[in-house]
Amino acid sequence: MSEHEQERIKPTQAQLKARRSRSIALALALAAFVVIVYLGSIMKLGPALFDRPM
Amino acid sequence: MAGAAKSRADHEDGVRAMALVERKHVEERDGLLSEATAADFIALLKPRVMSLVVFTAFVGMVLAPAAPNPLLALIAILAIAVGAGAAGALNMWYDADIDAVMARTRGRPVPMGRVAPGEALAFGLVLSAFAVMTLGLMANWLAASLLAFTIFFYVVIYTMWLKRSTPQNIVIGGAAGALPPVIGWAAVTGAVTVESLVLFLIIFLWTPPHFWALALFKAGDYARAGIPMMPNVAGEAHTRRQIFAYAVPVAASGVLPSLMGFASLSYGAVAAVLGGGFVWYAWRVLRMDPQDRVMEPAKTLFAYSLVYLFAIFAALLADGLIGRLGG
Repeated sequence: MSEHEQERIKPTQAQLKARRSRSIALALALAAFVVIVYLGSIMKLGPALFDRPM
Repeated sequence: MAGAAKSRADHEDGVRAMALVERKHVEERDGLLSEATAADFIALLKPRVMSLVVFTAFVGMVLAPAAPNPLLALIAILAIAVGAGAAGALNMWYDADIDAVMARTRGRPVPMGRVAPGEALAFGLVLSAFAVMTLGLMANWLAASLLAFTIFFYVVIYTMWLKRSTPQNIVIGGAAGALPPVIGWAAVTGAVTVESLVLFLIIFLWTPPHFWALALFKAGDYARAGIPMMPNVAGEAHTRRQIFAYAVPVAASGVLPSLMGFASLSYGAVAAVLGGGFVWYAWRVLRMDPQDRVMEPAKTLFAYSLVYLFAIFAALLADGLIGRLGG
């Protein structure tokens, strides 16, 4: 076994489960934020959102 | 001699550097192996406080003389809620030491060791920035500034300064909890008016008797944590008098919306009855036997004060909605 492999830490099941829970929550929060900004921009600016000089 | 001294100094420097590396390595490792779940981070947001913030901010929006886009109003409420939650996370980061010695708070994620203090700090700062920016872009920058001020006031003025230094901590600090309806009002009107300040006043005056009732029967907890709450500093008798002295203006502020004409007389009657109840329960606390260690009247006032604030804002909400639907 190499020195590098010896230093590796094997996460427990609880740690893996917790990390998965955090990752899912973060993904959902980011997706929700994208939707909020998109819909909010459409509502606030309406068609003017795309009305930009070339 | 000089060579030996230099060699020893080099060795000590080396040991110190190694210790730093090891500590950094361990901290990083701990971070990677965290057992904190999403639920722990949600707990950092103080969901129960957040629900009251959402509710009062929503009432502020409904009572405001404006018809906002429903989706933008929803986004504004969400931003206010996240901002309030972020302030809660920053509070838990700073107060982890005293939370650990109080029975009521020792189960929180930071004192339990489930979330590292640095993680709570980063979480609170990032959410604060996102909440303020979102409110500014989707509503207006007055509301966003008020939200930023509320977070600053709660974290820096209340948590870092007042809470540990004066028994008037929650009197002044209560301003942070009283601002959400003003932010909600400002989010849809772009202004702070006398009416929105009346909503502020209702919560601002309610806060001290609410927390002093809690502090009476949790005095031991606060004393262990070294927080100078009123009963620990000025005594129980003085606190009971202060609670009653505040109860009267609490009841008076409740009927102000009706007297000022932005709520109906029916609301005023409901508020008067609810306020009468507040004064009655505060009177029972005032007359409480000094030898009473169970402190049932204080516990009852604490529970009633929660019902009172919810009922007052629910009545204002119903009144505002009926007014809107009735044209």
